[in-house]
Amino acid sequence: MTSQTSAPAPRTSPGAPPRADRDLVDVRRRPTTWTGLWFVLPFLAFYLLFLLWPAVVGLGYTFTDRSLAGGPLSFVGPDNWQESLTDRALYDSLWNTLWFTILSVPLMVLLALGLALLTDHARRLGWFLRLSFFAPFVLPVAVMTLIWNWMYNPSLGLFNGTLARFGVQGPEWLFSEDTAMFSVVIATAWWQVGFNYLLYLAAMQSIPKDVYEAAAIDGAGAWQRVGRITLPLLARTTALITVLQLIGSLRVFEQIYLMTMGGPNFATRTVIQYIYDSGFVGLRVGLASSMAYIFMVLIIAASIAQFRLFSRKEA
Amino acid sequence: MRDAPSPSYHAPPPAASAGPGRRAFVTGAVAAAGLAAVGCGPPDTLISGRTRLRQWNLFAGGDGLRMIEMHEAYKAEHPDIDFRATTFTWGAPFYTKVAMGAAGGRGADIATAHVSRLESLAPGRLLDPIDPAMLAEAGIDDTVVLPNIWEKCFFDGRLYAIPLDTHVLIQYYHLDVCRQAGLLDADDRLVEVSGTEEYFDMLREIKAVTGTYGLSIDTWNPWSNFWSLYRQQDGELVLGEDDYEMDDDKALAAMEVLYRLSEEGLAPRHSMLADTAANLANGQAGLMIHGNWEIPTLEATGVGFSATQFPAVFGNHRTRGDSHCYVFPHQRDRDPERTRAAVEYAAWMLRHSLTWAKGGHIPAYQPVVESPEYDELHPQSEYREAAENVQFEPQAWFSGSAGRLQEEATGALTTLHQGTQTPEQALAQLKATIRELLTVPSPV
Repeated sequence: MTSQTSAPAPRTSPGAPPRADRDLVDVRRRPTTWTGLWFVLPFLAFYLLFLLWPAVVGLGYTFTDRSLAGGPLSFVGPDNWQESLTDRALYDSLWNTLWFTILSVPLMVLLALGLALLTDHARRLGWFLRLSFFAPFVLPVAVMTLIWNWMYNPSLGLFNGTLARFGVQGPEWLFSEDTAMFSVVIATAWWQVGFNYLLYLAAMQSIPKDVYEAAAIDGAGAWQRVGRITLPLLARTTALITVLQLIGSLRVFEQIYLMTMGGPNFATRTVIQYIYDSGFVGLRVGLASSMAYIFMVLIIAASIAQFRLFSRKEA
Repeated sequence: MRDAPSPSYHAPPPAASAGPGRRAFVTGAVAAAGLAAVGCGPPDTLISGRTRLRQWNLFAGGDGLRMIEMHEAYKAEHPDIDFRATTFTWGAPFYTKVAMGAAGGRGADIATAHVSRLESLAPGRLLDPIDPAMLAEAGIDDTVVLPNIWEKCFFDGRLYAIPLDTHVLIQYYHLDVCRQAGLLDADDRLVEVSGTEEYFDMLREIKAVTGTYGLSIDTWNPWSNFWSLYRQQDGELVLGEDDYEMDDDKALAAMEVLYRLSEEGLAPRHSMLADTAANLANGQAGLMIHGNWEIPTLEATGVGFSATQFPAVFGNHRTRGDSHCYVFPHQRDRDPERTRAAVEYAAWMLRHSLTWAKGGHIPAYQPVVESPEYDELHPQSEYREAAENVQFEPQAWFSGSAGRLQEEATGALTTLHQGTQTPEQALAQLKATIRELLTVPSPV
């Protein structure tokens, strides 16, 4: 990187500068702006090269019969879009992703909140609870799925083995179209809830103690303090966690791919797996790109809608 | 799930946009330095004058260990060759990399593949043809390889693959369980039965011993089982341009077998990946239908077992199989010296495939299979005839190991074991799947 030799101008305060100085400030600001750009440039270059450019190229692919096997490329117009939008399997997989999201987002937000409250109140055992609740988060996905697949095993697994000891016939977990998605959600919550938990805990511990003290002096009980102080002051964190969890859940792929491969009979095939199947197993990159674009539009729409919803509540 | 933002283009925008400051600059600088370091290749091969040879393969299991063992021996014998092998995840991830490397004309010098995937690898464009004369000079031609495998290696009359092995579904048996059920002869060989009812009777006898199942079978990847049973009845699958022919009655009969196995409790309703071998090793089942590559797995458990050909459910031992082979991914500037080294490497591996056989695969190189050393391999020598009974799938861009058909057919066929669909319903779903794959434009 070349470095700018001219000394950057001192930063002006963020507020609007006084009217009389405006021209002077503008002139002196200019070199500051360019220096900043040099620092941003490496990031910008990577962003353009690895995010924006592929996105543009991908959009171009959707109008071609681009194949992973190479070969002559021809323009097919809206054929890929038409095929994607009329593909029942795509809608099925979109529903599976949505179903996973519906099941996992409330669970993983509420569970994180509950665990954080527990830790916040149990001061003595705090370190132990923090460790236990966060530890699964650091497991690689392959390890997590291996552990849970064995526990879920209908004949040899921990759950049904234990149930069998009490004479109860356990469910088929990952192997039944009715229970497979629930099983994946439970395993995912165990694995990933630690991140939300940590955000909640940090937010909780940054609430000033004197607020609680004041409330206690005014006669507020423990439940009231949680309901009237903790939860309202956590509203912004809840909004953030919900948005992050929503986006994370909509992008679900790897643990399902490893646990059920999308089965049984595609009951857990998510849209990302279907895109992967179409593009990488089925080699049709053009078609898969159009599916990815459809999904991207849906994710962006969901994120915007949710941001709107939460910011309105706060206003 | 939610890790670091992935570079995929459908990644959502970062939730909170902190200004890219010092950290972004440092990240950028480090990444740039890293790129620069990767950009220039290792200079050692250029200086040393050794022939560079790069191999890609997909063996990560017990067979992968055998391949590493063979490569060590190969490298010790060939100090003049700078040989490096890279193992990728089996299945679609591997084929994606081979295809993309070859599409750019900078693929590995030699790669492994399933012969059933030849068509999906676009021979002539993604694969370079192999000179049969050069291969014959190295000692490999149609006289040392079984004809049914050898002819699979050709596409449009040109040779594109060098077969390393045949691998098939075989039947394993738990010695203690089967002895108790009175199904072993004096040499500990499983008694021969033929026909559906006889086979089911045998499974019932085993179930009486184990109390759980008779047969352990992979219900999560049932295409190969279906294909074996379908082909035992001479069932044909003819894939045309946009139509296909399939024998409904024979397909139904094959599906009926899978359905009844689980319905009558002779096989589990659910068995996935490692479950299948575990059920046999734990004595929950006395027999297991699985690929010959499970031999190292079972050997590691220490349980007493042997193996034989796929059961003659419909009167013969035909079994679904495939062949691992070597292919030459397309290179824009193919170097004759490296090509020759690659051919000679492949020939060396074939000649030394006794080690490969220990992993369960049946070597394609007949002098090894006919050797006394192979005779002593147990249980490998018990099922060597399976190489002649192997049933390949019809060629299409979507067929073959880890191909789209196998993946899509799994949905319909799994329901048979689960009992959630009748054979009639599953057949209708399977046929819709095949029709769908035929009507979409071929990407190859």
